[in-house]
Order: sequence, then structure tokens, then C-alpha cells
Amino acid sequence: MLRIRNLKCFYGRIQAVKGVSLSVEAGEMVTLIGANGSGKSTLLQSICGLMNGWQGDIRFEDRSLKGLDPPRIVRRGISLVPEGRQIFPPLSVRDNLDLGAYTLHRQGRKQEVRETLERVLTLFPVLRERARQAAGTLSGGEQQMLAIGRALMARPRLLLLDEPSMGLAPKLVSRILGTLVTLREEGLTILLVEQNARAALQVADRGYVFETGQVVLQGSAGELLEDEDVKRAYLGRDYGDFYDGKA
Amino acid sequence: MQEILQYLFSGLTNGAIYAVIALGFSILFNATELINFAHGEFVMLGALCLVTLWSGLHLPLPLALLLSAAAVGGVGFLFQRLAIHPVRKPDHIVLVIITVGASIFFRGLGMLLWGKDAFAVPSFTRKASVEVAGAVLTSQSLVIIGTVGVLALVLHFFFRRTLTGKAMEACAISRRAAWLTGIPAQGMVLLAFVLSAVIGGLGGLIIAPITMCSYDMGTVLGLKGFCAAMLGGLGSLWGAVLGGLLLGVLESLSVGLINSGLKDATAFLLLLMILYVRPSGLLGNRSVQRF
Repeated sequence: MLRIRNLKCFYGRIQAVKGVSLSVEAGEMVTLIGANGSGKSTLLQSICGLMNGWQGDIRFEDRSLKGLDPPRIVRRGISLVPEGRQIFPPLSVRDNLDLGAYTLHRQGRKQEVRETLERVLTLFPVLRERARQAAGTLSGGEQQMLAIGRALMARPRLLLLDEPSMGLAPKLVSRILGTLVTLREEGLTILLVEQNARAALQVADRGYVFETGQVVLQGSAGELLEDEDVKRAYLGRDYGDFYDGKA
Repeated sequence: MQEILQYLFSGLTNGAIYAVIALGFSILFNATELINFAHGEFVMLGALCLVTLWSGLHLPLPLALLLSAAAVGGVGFLFQRLAIHPVRKPDHIVLVIITVGASIFFRGLGMLLWGKDAFAVPSFTRKASVEVAGAVLTSQSLVIIGTVGVLALVLHFFFRRTLTGKAMEACAISRRAAWLTGIPAQGMVLLAFVLSAVIGGLGGLIIAPITMCSYDMGTVLGLKGFCAAMLGGLGSLWGAVLGGLLLGVLESLSVGLINSGLKDATAFLLLLMILYVRPSGLLGNRSVQRF
């Protein structure tokens, strides 16, 4: 579904992504893990049109995404849940969701907007309760749900998420990741960038490990969870045991 | 008492015009964080277009108003496309200087097209003036005050109830997030320029009958509108209305009760005071950075 070949991205002279190739098949949940600044977010930004001047090839459903701006990429069927949520705080929850469906509204697909809204509100009942509230008054977890809901309103076939667990309590992290599992079961393809590697690998099918702009390891989520290098470098085993209540 | 009421009426009339101009500033600022110093020239262009179309070509008034507003909107469109959009490094200061340059350009254009003479335009309605407790309120004053009310309500509806309005608001909050959501941010910026120009032109249309229209009328009006927008809180819709009316009334009272030399000074004294005491303006709530 998504195929990236030899992607290189630059910030000025600094190369943030150094020739990455990866693929996401339809119906899969794939996660990119790795330390801060390893190029994961840059890769997501290249996919959704925020980076200009990347080299290489990004193809979605066998069509290149080169030179498209974000609204066009949204219309192609890819939505991003950006890092830090980036909802519109003064607008109501309902308005935030409506704006997520901006491209559908403009194409006159009102019926689909209604259906999708219903689906999102069923997925996140708390958003229904707070529909009229200003989005900025929601808690962090609710804001993250709103950000995901807003992205879903565009009816994407591929959902990209940039650090959805950032700043959330462990309980909320599993709630959010659990939602992603539900969405994947409904047939949505998901590419998840996470620093919380353990949590991400527990829900994903496959994973890629990033280090300084390159993919250093890839495999099924189960393999990566058991991999000694990954454990040492990214899972923080001792801390992880403590975190799971084993210590 | 009667005198004060009269000052109040003329203050509200002028204030309503400042409010319209301030609305144009605010809408553009909201979408782009840009102060357009050529905004006053849109007022001038609106007034002079009306002079040509109504007094010169004798078109019916509604048609002349519509065409003038559309013409100014077109100028706003070209201004954004030709002068703002192509800038490769769109730093704020660069764009602001471009708007200053554009204001000089528009003034020159106005002088070439309409000459240096001032024109007068008759009042829109032939209805008699209204007398309230001995003070006179002209029919054009009523038109002007009514226009502000209607305009503010229409804009309120636009930003709160329509998808395009909300999308513009979203761009104002975070252009990047709006862009990622699928909103064509560039289109919204263009729309903001056109909308702001049309509103500026509208200010020129309604002021035409109560002033002399000439190529250089826009500068001071633009600055007063800017003061009004700052006073009410830049970017706030109702703030612009409040700031405009307040400025108009205070100006009129200071002229009437203290000294007519104070007319233009009032606006700038108020501007300094508001920047000193409450830099976000009366109804503004954005955080403000001081240098």
C-alpha cells in the first residue's frame, strides 16, 4: 500500500533521513521506533507533504506522492495525527471534527461525513458528551482522542500517528493504542511512530528500528520484542519490568 | 446636553467607519498575522470607484455599490497574488514593508486615475434626518451605523457557522495543523486578503457621502482604523467594532469639548495608552510579547 524507497530528507545541510526503504501492506499496523531525533518524525512529515525537497520515492497505492501538498495527500487517503495533537483549542470539539472532514465537505459527500462522525463518536463516546465544549478544555487523553477522531473524519485508508502516547498516563496510553487495534481490525492501515517502543510493539504487526536516520533493524513485532539489542537500547528492560509491575 | 448628544451622534458615525476599517485589519491579521498598511488605500479605492460609477456613469446605486466593492476585492486579490504570494522569504517585516510600498503605489495609482481633485458624493437616501432630543442624526449616519451592525453580524455568522469561516479560523489558530487537516491554507490566506479588501472598500463606500473623496483620503482613515483595531484587540471581531465606536466618540467629544486641534491626536494618544496599559486590547485575549 505504502512503499518508500531510498528516502533522503534534509534540513538545510543536515541529513535527517539517510536512505530509508520500508513498506506498509494494506491492513497492517506497522510501527517505527527509535530514539528522539532518529528521523522517524521526519519520515512521517515527508509522507504527508510537510517536508519539501526530499529525494527518493514514496508511493501510495502505486502512485507517487512527490510534489503534493498536505491537502492533496489527505484527499489521496492519508491522514496524520500530528505530534503534540495540534487540535484547534478555541473551537468546539464538534467543529474540530467537522474541519477534519473538510475535504469531504468540499466534495459534497455529506452523507459520508455524517456516517463517519457517528463512527468516531461511537469510538470515542467522551467526544459526544463534550461536543459543544471548546477543544482546549479537554484533558490530554481526550485531546489525543480528538486528534485521532479529526484525522479519521477525512476517511483515510492509511492513518499516520506521530507519538500519540506522548505525555499521557500509562492507562490512557493503552486506551489509545487499544483503539488503534480496533481500527486495524476494521481494516484501516496504520503507521505508528512511537518512542514508547514496548507499548507500540505490543500492538503492531511489524516494526522498523531507526537509528540516526537509518533503519537498523526490522521484523515482526514479536521478534523485535525479543531481540536483545532492541531490549537493551529501546525497551529499557529493567524499567520495563518495573513498569509492568513485575519488580 | 443637546450639544453632547450631537457630538455623540457624529462620534458614532465616524466611529462606525473606523469600526469597518478595523474589521478589515482584524480579519487579515487573524488569518496571516500581518498588518496591511495598504488597507486605508482600499477605503480610498472604494470611495473613488463609487464616485466614477455612480456620479460619473450614473449607474443605479445598488449596482454601483456592488461593482465598487467587487473592484476593490479584485485589487485585494491581485495584491496578494502579485505582491505577497511570490515573496520567497516571507518574514513578517518584509511583508509589512511590502504593504507600506503598496500603499504608496495605490495612492499614486489613485492620483493618476482620478487626479488630485476631491469629489463629493450625494447621500444614499433622500430621507430626511432624524431629530432626537434636539440633536440631528442624518440619514447617511443611519446607513453607516446600520452597515457596521449588519457587517459584524454577517462576519460573526461566517466565522461561527460556516465551514469556510471555521476553516479560516483554524488557519489562524495553526496554519500547519489546518493544512494537515486538508484545509488549503494558501487559499484561506487569499480569501482573507479579498475579504479584508472588500470590507475596506465598503468602508470607503459608506464614508463617501459624508466626506470629500480624493486619492489621499486613505492614509489617515487607515491609521485610525488601525488604532481602533488595536484598541479593541487586534483579531477580535467585536473588539474591532467596540474599538471603532469608542475611538469615534472620544474623538468627537475631545474635539467638541476641548479643542478641535485634538481630533487626530486623540486616536494616537489612545493607541499609546492602550499599548501601555493593556497591549492585547480591550477584547483581545492573545498573549502579547513586548520588545
